[in-house]
Amino acid sequence: MLNVTDIHVYYGAIHALKGISFHVDEGEIVSLIGANGAGKTTSMQTVSGLLRARSGDIAFMGDSIAKMEPHKIVRMGLAQVPEGRRVFSTMTVQENLEMGAYILSGKAGAKTEADLEMVYTRFPRLRERRKQVAGTLSGGEQQMLAIGRALMSHPSMLLLDEPSMGLSPILVQEIFDCIREVNKGGTTVLLVEQNAKMALSISNRAYVLETGTVVLEGPAAELLENDQVKTAYLGA
Amino acid sequence: MDFFSQILNGLGLGSIYALVALGYSMVYGIVQLINFAHGDIIMVGGYMVYFTMVSLKMPVWVAIPVALLVCALAGVLIEKLAYHRLLTKGAPRISLLITAIGVSLFLQNSFMMLFQSDPKSMPVMFMNGMIGSPGGLQVNSATLLNIAVSVVMMICLQLLVNKTKIGKAMQATSEDAGAAKLMGINTNFIIAVTFAVGSALAAVGALLYCNTYPQISPTMGNLFGLKAFVAAVLGGIGSIPGAMLGGYLLGMAEVLTKAYVSSTLTDAVVFGILIVVLLVKPAGILGKIRKEKV
Repeated sequence: MLNVTDIHVYYGAIHALKGISFHVDEGEIVSLIGANGAGKTTSMQTVSGLLRARSGDIAFMGDSIAKMEPHKIVRMGLAQVPEGRRVFSTMTVQENLEMGAYILSGKAGAKTEADLEMVYTRFPRLRERRKQVAGTLSGGEQQMLAIGRALMSHPSMLLLDEPSMGLSPILVQEIFDCIREVNKGGTTVLLVEQNAKMALSISNRAYVLETGTVVLEGPAAELLENDQVKTAYLGA
Repeated sequence: MDFFSQILNGLGLGSIYALVALGYSMVYGIVQLINFAHGDIIMVGGYMVYFTMVSLKMPVWVAIPVALLVCALAGVLIEKLAYHRLLTKGAPRISLLITAIGVSLFLQNSFMMLFQSDPKSMPVMFMNGMIGSPGGLQVNSATLLNIAVSVVMMICLQLLVNKTKIGKAMQATSEDAGAAKLMGINTNFIIAVTFAVGSALAAVGALLYCNTYPQISPTMGNLFGLKAFVAAVLGGIGSIPGAMLGGYLLGMAEVLTKAYVSSTLTDAVVFGILIVVLLVKPAGILGKIRKEKV
């Protein structure tokens, strides 16, 4: 479904991604794990078009999206929940969700009401706070809002960048349960996480990134048992 | 009654400042750029009216759409040609500022070449004369027109920003352009729309200005634009109601100073108010200092 082939990304003179390749098949949850600065967020932002690869290719559903603008990539069915959530803090919860449905609104067959209901059922806390300004929500609620907002566009694939960042263990569990449910509902998931244990526990496969290259890849269950991964990322 | 007339005169002048201040504020809100060429859009609007009505001998109802369209187009072109690459390449703010000043000088000098540098008298546009009321209130009809038009424009703009899909997209782009792109918003298009709307509002300001003070020159946008910018900062740059409020306050301060203090001190008072307000409220009267939650 998503095929990333040998991409090189630079920040000015800094060579951030040194030829990374990975792929995500339909229905899977795939994780990119690794330490700070390994290139996880850079990989994800390159997929969603916020950053450009200097070379290499990214194909989604068979079409190259490497040179496509981010707003067009969203229309192909690839939605991203960015790192740090980035909800629109001056807008209400409901307005944020409506922004998520931006590409559908005004089109024939758009069911914004039904989609809002779908998000509110998944996150009842957002329903309680739907008229509240998003900037006043707690970190966990903002994360729920960011995920709900991304789901509003009915993506076939969801990119999640560090959804556990800054959240308490209980909330992390809640968010990950939700990711699993979204996946069961038919949405393919690409996950970027520093919390490797959590990420591996829900993933089918994973890639381990170090300083801009893939150093390990394989089924998540195998990586959980891998000694190298255990010492470096699982703190065991 | 004289005092009340002066208040109305102040609001009339302030209405024009407000319309121009909106453009500064909207553009700043969306790309954090002080578009110093915005003041010169008033001048472009003025010359478009002059050109259609005097050179082409067309009636005023032709001049209005011409001025609006040319100004909106000029705003979009300025963004595309002068600022766009700097914005997308993440150029330092100072480069953008210098570019804006360059665009301003370019516009002024181009119009000096096209229309000579001497001031031109404007033809009569709308009805313009003194209206008296039984209480002894004396007001120029142009003043009332300015106030009415600015209020209508303000309402239209609020509806556009808060009730339409494109307005919501403008708000989203202004708050976080990256996140807006991830919602599927074509931020380049939204930036172009913002420049177009801001410049069209400046054109409305130009129409009212030419009707109130029927004289134009290639450098007319300098001081007027600067004062409208002061109005935007005074009200809180980035805030639409702030720009309106700032414009009205500035207009009243200017007219009242002229009437009761000294006409030579007007500009000193205007800029003095700016300094005092910013000392007390650095973000302007309605401006908010954005805090980021991590």
